Amino acid sequence: MNPVEEILMIVGMMVATYGVRYGFLALSGRAQLPKTIEDALRFVPVAVLSALSVPLIIKPAGSWFISFDNAHLVAGVVAIIVAAYSRHLLLTIVLGMGLFLVLHLNLLEQLL
Amino acid sequence: MSNPLPPVQPGMRQELLAGVRDTFPLIVGAIPFGILFGALAITNGMSWWAAVGLSTIVFAGSSQFVAAGLVAQGAGVGIIVITTFIVNLRHALYAASLGPYLRTLNQRWLSMLAFMLTDETYAVVIKRFERNDDSANKHWYYLGSALFMYINWQICTLIGIVTGSRLQGMADLGLEFAMVVTFIGIVIPLIRTRPMLICALVASIVALVLHSLPHQLGLLLGSLAGIVAGMIVLQWQRTTQ
Repeated sequence: MNPVEEILMIVGMMVATYGVRYGFLALSGRAQLPKTIEDALRFVPVAVLSALSVPLIIKPAGSWFISFDNAHLVAGVVAIIVAAYSRHLLLTIVLGMGLFLVLHLNLLEQLL
Repeated sequence: MSNPLPPVQPGMRQELLAGVRDTFPLIVGAIPFGILFGALAITNGMSWWAAVGLSTIVFAGSSQFVAAGLVAQGAGVGIIVITTFIVNLRHALYAASLGPYLRTLNQRWLSMLAFMLTDETYAVVIKRFERNDDSANKHWYYLGSALFMYINWQICTLIGIVTGSRLQGMADLGLEFAMVVTFIGIVIPLIRTRPMLICALVASIVALVLHSLPHQLGLLLGSLAGIVAGMIVLQWQRTTQ
């Protein structure tokens, strides 16, 4: 990315973010959001973050990789289980990332 | 004739400090993300000033992570901005729920508080606004929480940038996976109802299948498919109950 693109990225992201924050803060003081919009907005974080993460664990290098040798997949599934049972963000990150590094860097093989 | 005593109101300073204090637990959680963002941005090929620019001017953690990830994949500016917009649409929910409480504030206050709206500050501040006392200074509580988050985010970004540029070969460590586990840790606890589960599954499958489309279109289409699927199941649940 060249400097011009980086500046465009910052300005564009600023407009996209601040527009939503200020627009809805100022508007909602005056009018109630339609129920349908409010319902749809509730799905946004789950939809976006799922669509973003799942391909990164199942296709880490761009093609299907469903195997115990796929450190992304194994650590990702473990992180999902930890998150489901603990509902603890920091614990999920530490355990998921820890397992990933062990598998990805072959730490066990290097030690034995 | 004697006037009744006016109710004792917490002062501006008192509210500001209470906002800072109540935000502290969330700051602890935000520190690793800030550091990681700075380090990731650098190892993914973003320049240090662009990373600083995102943290100071955009100030939106998860979309900054997404941007860093997209930069590494060579995505264009347009896609990054559209994705940011979608990722940050959740702020519309927060803003819509806070707005009615901030009706009396002037333009300057509103624009300042809107700029610093984050998941963490929303979570803390909405509890204060919903508490049933007639303090006229609750917006100072918001300011305290938001400023604390803002300053912390800047410091952590800088630490991350310095670390990221010192550690050679950091890209090979696969640290970008930290972003994935972070998202997993955020999303999974949100999946408490059947419509949410369907939304997550459909978004994932569509994004997976369309992963090879150019410009990260798979991400956009997958997200939209997930939202639509969730809405359909929600409507269906409502009509059958």
